[in-house]
Amino acid sequence: MTVIDAPRAQVPDELSPQRGRWHRLRPFLPLVALVVLAILPYSTIPLPGIFEGPVNSPGTLQLLAICLIFGGLAAGYDLLFGRTGMLSFGHALYFAAGVYGTDILVTRAGLPLWQAALLTITGGTILAALLGAVALRTVGIAFAMVTLAFAQVGAILVARDFGGLTGGEEGLPLDVSGLPAGLVGVTNTVNLYWLALAYLTLVVFVVHRVSGSPTGRVLAGLRDDERRIGVLGLDPYRYKLVAFTLAGGLASAGGVVYVLIVGGASPHITSSELTLSLLVMVVLGGPGTRWGPVLGGVLYMYLDHRLTAFGTSDAVDNLPAVLSRPLSQPLFVLGTVFILAVYFFPGGLTSLAPRLSHLTRSLRPRR
Amino acid sequence: MGTVILLALTGLGLAALYFLVASGLSLVFGLADVLNFAHGLFLGVGAYGTWWAAGNLPGAGPDGFGFVFAVAFGVAAGTLVAILVELVLIRPLYSRTIEQVLVTVGLSLAGVALLQATWGADARPFPRPDWTRQVTGILGAQVPNGGLLLIIAAVLVLGAILAFLRWTRYGLVIRAGVENREMVTALGIDVRKAFTLVFAIGGAAAALAGALGGVYFGTVSPGQGGSLLIFAFIVVVIGGMGSVVGSAYAAVVVGLVQQFVNYYGTSGLGDICVVGLLAVVLLLRPQGIAGKVATA
Repeated sequence: MTVIDAPRAQVPDELSPQRGRWHRLRPFLPLVALVVLAILPYSTIPLPGIFEGPVNSPGTLQLLAICLIFGGLAAGYDLLFGRTGMLSFGHALYFAAGVYGTDILVTRAGLPLWQAALLTITGGTILAALLGAVALRTVGIAFAMVTLAFAQVGAILVARDFGGLTGGEEGLPLDVSGLPAGLVGVTNTVNLYWLALAYLTLVVFVVHRVSGSPTGRVLAGLRDDERRIGVLGLDPYRYKLVAFTLAGGLASAGGVVYVLIVGGASPHITSSELTLSLLVMVVLGGPGTRWGPVLGGVLYMYLDHRLTAFGTSDAVDNLPAVLSRPLSQPLFVLGTVFILAVYFFPGGLTSLAPRLSHLTRSLRPRR
Repeated sequence: MGTVILLALTGLGLAALYFLVASGLSLVFGLADVLNFAHGLFLGVGAYGTWWAAGNLPGAGPDGFGFVFAVAFGVAAGTLVAILVELVLIRPLYSRTIEQVLVTVGLSLAGVALLQATWGADARPFPRPDWTRQVTGILGAQVPNGGLLLIIAAVLVLGAILAFLRWTRYGLVIRAGVENREMVTALGIDVRKAFTLVFAIGGAAAALAGALGGVYFGTVSPGQGGSLLIFAFIVVVIGGMGSVVGSAYAAVVVGLVQQFVNYYGTSGLGDICVVGLLAVVLLLRPQGIAGKVATA
């Protein structure tokens, strides 16, 4: 049998990557970003307008930690939405399972943190596998509905406070007496920040490894043409269930870190609004891209917190009431930006750079 | 006996509210394949429109004919918003289902925030005629009049929509479009006009639900639409996308199950039973009670 070497496909010039001055550094940029984020708490530079107080003040660090958590959550949700094409409206359920699971096991059952965390993440993953096994019997919009309904059950269970476990509408503050000393108190916020950074790194690592693996290619195939994957002899149901379970497990791990940072659980994290905002984060950042969802999640949470302060600032208050009132609602601003994003830059933030470079190239005078 | 009748009638009142929201959702989804998260916004606009008109509009008021005028104003406002949403935001995105869902999600977030910015997050007392606060004795049960008003309105709306679908030309186009949109387009009929019409009908029904729901609950708040919307979605899926009659059956089942289980079981258990019902229906009969056929 003779083997015929196929000629290599010719890549058109305009598709091959541009060789900029820094192209050798590009693979190391994530590492540089990680190092910068890790040593950020040592800086005392005040950034007026961006943060209140210097970077290493506990308030700023807590805000940054929450932003990082939501960056990780958005990256995990992107595994479903951007990379597999599953529109789940119930992702908040697994995050809430992580938050409430840890809180209940530590506060009500008095378990040490590491046991509670381990049990919660295992439980959250199993929950995702079970509910996913039912929900994935449906496809498309019906799948969105079923996941929404399951998440609603979670919200009802938490709000109605069955068995007096969840604290109902008031939420459940975390009992810190049994926690390791390094994670308690305002002065130790920096440790929580590093924990959040570690979570984000873990999620990004897992998502990249999965999407680069053969399984990840099947998932991308499911997003683009599910029937074809079936024709190739692969079972779409199993691959989707794997993605759903993995995303659920990552979300509940995020919940474990979040409850430590915030110091308690409140029922609003079970609402469908949280899932909707995850969707907004991913679409704003750029679904299915490497850094888009992380950027989207960090930016969304930052804006959500800072726009509240911006809305009560003098500059907005001095505007006429028609303008100042809507602008003081972060969700109004974010929702509007989101709608504009769907129309005018569908690839999200990460698609802006190539678009802008096209623009500048066409505007530059030809030599 | 009195308790059972009271529960049945209040359950039917709840079912009427669900049906008013779900009928529009179901038609919009059946015809245009748009999963409309902004439907709760139409409901909010209807409720706040009525509330505003009763206080500020000359001739409108919380009583008698003035109240009818106020409700009409609220319904008109909801319809107008629905038509604008379809024309400006949804129309450029037809056949791109995911983007449409995303736009309606953004709209529901921004719209509710706008209502909250304008009238505050707290619930406001709703202006309602005095007779809706009273009760009527039916077979030994003291039934609140607000619930009866909802049931009557829902039956009238059901009759009107069915008559419209069966006996008018546009009703025929909508029924045919739900069945097979490509074929209708191929016959030279502009289906997009029917899309706008369906949005208008859905918006009007949701706005009416907002106004009468305000009478029923006695208050109006920006988040009201969102919590109703999830149950309306469940009703649509159980009833079958695109079927108005299916939505009506499903609304009755969901409303009664919720009311009875919440009373005889723990509070909140009824809501969970409804979701269980949804899971069972989806697993056994994914197309819902009536399937994707607009039965008229």
